Amino acid sequence: MTAELLARFQFAFTVSFHIIFPAFSIGLASYLAVLNALWLSTGNQTYLTLFNHWKKIFAVAFAMGVVSGIVMAYQFGTNWSVFSDRAGPVVGPLMAYEVLTAFFLEAGFLGIMLFGRKRVGDGLHMFATAMVAIGTLISATWILSVNSWMQTPAGFSISDTGQFIPEDWWAIVFNPSFPYRLVHMVLAAFLTTALVVGGTGGYHLLRDNSNPATRKMFSMAMWMLVVVAPLQILAGDQHGLNTLEHQPAKVMAMEGHFDSHPDGAPLYLFGIPDQDAGVLRYAVGIPKLSSLILKHSFNAPLEGLNTIPREDQPPVMVVFWSFRVMIAIGFAMLGLGLWSLLARWKGRLYEWSLMHRAAIVMGPAGFIAVLAGWITTEVGRQPFTVYGFLRTSESHSGLNASAVGTSLIAFIVVYFFVFGAGTFYLLRMMHKSPGTPNLGLRDGPIRTAGITPGLTEDPKNRED
Amino acid sequence: MLGFDLSTIWAGLIAFAVLTYVVLDGFDLGVGILFPFAKDEKERDVMMNSVAPIWDGNETWLVLGGGGLFAVFPLAYSIVMPALYMPIIAMLLGLIFRGVAFEYRWRTVRWKRLWDYAFFGGSLMAGVCQGLALGGLVQGIEVQGRSYAGGTWDWLTPFSVLVGLAVPTGYALLGATWLNMKLVGRVQQHMRSLAQPFGVATLLFMGAVSLATPFQNDAYLNRWFGWPMEIWTVIVPLLVLLVVWRGRKGLVRGDDVAPFLCALSLFVLAFIGIGISFFPMMVPPTLTIAEAAAPESSLYFALVGTLVMVPIILAYSGYSYWVFRGKIDPEEGYH
Ligand code: HDD
Ligand code: HEM
Ligand code: HEM
Repeated sequence: MTAELLARFQFAFTVSFHIIFPAFSIGLASYLAVLNALWLSTGNQTYLTLFNHWKKIFAVAFAMGVVSGIVMAYQFGTNWSVFSDRAGPVVGPLMAYEVLTAFFLEAGFLGIMLFGRKRVGDGLHMFATAMVAIGTLISATWILSVNSWMQTPAGFSISDTGQFIPEDWWAIVFNPSFPYRLVHMVLAAFLTTALVVGGTGGYHLLRDNSNPATRKMFSMAMWMLVVVAPLQILAGDQHGLNTLEHQPAKVMAMEGHFDSHPDGAPLYLFGIPDQDAGVLRYAVGIPKLSSLILKHSFNAPLEGLNTIPREDQPPVMVVFWSFRVMIAIGFAMLGLGLWSLLARWKGRLYEWSLMHRAAIVMGPAGFIAVLAGWITTEVGRQPFTVYGFLRTSESHSGLNASAVGTSLIAFIVVYFFVFGAGTFYLLRMMHKSPGTPNLGLRDGPIRTAGITPGLTEDPKNRED
Repeated sequence: MLGFDLSTIWAGLIAFAVLTYVVLDGFDLGVGILFPFAKDEKERDVMMNSVAPIWDGNETWLVLGGGGLFAVFPLAYSIVMPALYMPIIAMLLGLIFRGVAFEYRWRTVRWKRLWDYAFFGGSLMAGVCQGLALGGLVQGIEVQGRSYAGGTWDWLTPFSVLVGLAVPTGYALLGATWLNMKLVGRVQQHMRSLAQPFGVATLLFMGAVSLATPFQNDAYLNRWFGWPMEIWTVIVPLLVLLVVWRGRKGLVRGDDVAPFLCALSLFVLAFIGIGISFFPMMVPPTLTIAEAAAPESSLYFALVGTLVMVPIILAYSGYSYWVFRGKIDPEEGYH
């Protein structure tokens, strides 16, 4: 094991853990803001019950997001010091903007959102809740700008010390792949949250389909799927076209196109890539469909990896399969959404237990799709960290392998323990139906007032 | 010339972020370090709740310090982080444990004690590692070309260990005075009585570190004992004495706020002392602020955002402190 390989593994490991929590907290923060707004505007107790229920789950997920994120921010310097020195002038200020405009906003208002309703009143509490939600979205914007710049760098020159010198900040921030990636990721976060909420709803409907809070959250989640899943497929398609323009080798790997196809390339559904031999074994494909999707013409020519030098090719196996996992889940989400429409039309949304079971199965699918998508994107960028300009093999620190290996093992042990416990707590909270006082735990100040379902209360004079 | 001015401004801003981090997260790490002194679960609950709504905002200053260094002094960032690899990684692991403890300990009955220990251990580890890292930086880092040239354990010296003990002791003082301000009754008495010994220990450590620092590097020696800096050599210790006198008086009289403010001032003075030793170095003994700075276009771009955003951040962070002002209500919480 070289220090480089260990550092790559450490980055992939820590960032994969990190993205799980933001993907959930971005969506959940917006969901909470909507719930609170609905409670304030309609006075319907169900929304408050849901808000208080998901708020506690959000708090735990958010804490895990924060601590895993701080690791990421320092890892650039510890493990990727050459990358930091060279790309820091471009990437660093964007990340500093993220801290200044997003992290402080989230952190500053989180306390008020969680603890402060009684102290500041409903209006300011709503404002704080909205600020947390907006903060997560601003955070996604900056970090995706950073990541997109590494994928499709623009607006810079290179100095004689090898540093990337920013020349045009507008071009850097709005680099060619940024809008696509931002839209795709934010939709992914919303879908992920909708599936978790929907899966939890489905689980509780199976046990008791008369609880109004359970019914409400399941219905909301299914509407979200119906609207966002098709949008996501559309956004993904556009994203792919953009990638074809700027990172053709990545698309070749995603598609499994080793050979060039001068008159129409097939869309492979299955295959085992053999990169050394340069063939896709056991390939099952639909002729010419890839050209139709990517070029909007059956007979359009598409080049293959045989036009790319071997040392500039990304690892095909990983990219090819992670891409397929994401796509399959995307269509499964669409399927679940359509199923819920059918159920609604038949008036069986809260009775169709097979559909509720399907929702449970799909509950964690968003996380898998998000990871698969990122793996496609990031492994497809290899062997570069800054695409076309800085190789991964030149980016890492001059540390010895034992230091990186030690920290890697420490991260693995700590992450599995800490985030394993956290995931257990999250699942246990979701297992309780919304409205359970204090989530069934006897410790902590008991605040049952206002979270007993069924009571109607005026938002103005209530104890919470 | 302009580039030099900009980089100096930036060094000041980063120093400001780090100082803000140290005093703010200092007291909430201190609360963690004092956790074992609590008599029972109720006391631990109120101790933790006194910082629960604000700790995340406090810790964000650490992200700003690190992120800011990355943005405007990427060369320093890329040298310091590998040089202090072990303490930095251990600090991050400590911060993980204490950060999740805020939520986890309310989510379980059986493992509540475990997360109490995680809160204490994580806070202590973070404090010790920050001290080790500071010591490692002050004593100097070996640089060749554009990268760190030393070994994995170079940071570990008697001096860095001394600073590594001093910092968490100071944090405990901050924590004790904070708790004296926020709590009532028996816990408050208890924390107030702890503030005295931790205050004495902090002073002793400050004295020892101050005596040892000039010998880490000739430049420090000349700075402190050469005109015109000599003025500071006299003024800083005088101010320290003043602050100590006022803080002690506050503790004896049973003031709520004054001891905390005095403990904060002590940290500010210590920080100024370190700043005097450092300037104009970024990574002693070789790399200056100007050499480590990013290209001007980066400095300008980041400066605009900082000058606009930092006042706004201070305003709403202050507001958040204001919302949660006063003594802690033991019945309050959302868990
Ligand atoms: C698309 C979303 C996204 C992506 C790709 C990343 N993050 Fe993140 N990050 C967030 C979305 C987010 C968030 C939603 O804003 C979090 C999650 C929980 C939180 O507190 O904020 C967050 C937290 C978070 C924090 C803690 C902030 C605090 O103290 O409040 C840091 C330091 C980072 N992240 C840094 C990173 C780095 C260095 C990344 C890349 C390598 C990264 N994040 C990828
Ligand atoms: C949060 C979602 C993300 C996930 C799941 C993810 C995943 C990965 C994976 C799996 C790799 C390893 C590729 C390989 O080595 O073959 C990688 C590499 C890398 N990623 Fe990401 N990434 C994410 C976001 C980001 C962001 C936002 C940035 C930049 C700010 C980034 C910067 C890097 C860098 C510098 C590497 C190179 C190191 C390496 O090759 O391992 N990543 N990422
Ligand atoms: C079925 C329709 C989908 C298509 C056609 C699609 C397409 C794509 C493409 C082409 C990329 C690679 C971007 C690159 O070249 O760097 C990508 C990345 C990604 N996908 Fe998808 N995707 C789909 C569904 C989904 C779903 C359902 C999710 C998650 C809920 C998701 C999450 C992601 C993420 C997180 C990334 C990495 C970040 C990014 O580059 O935007 N995708 N997707």
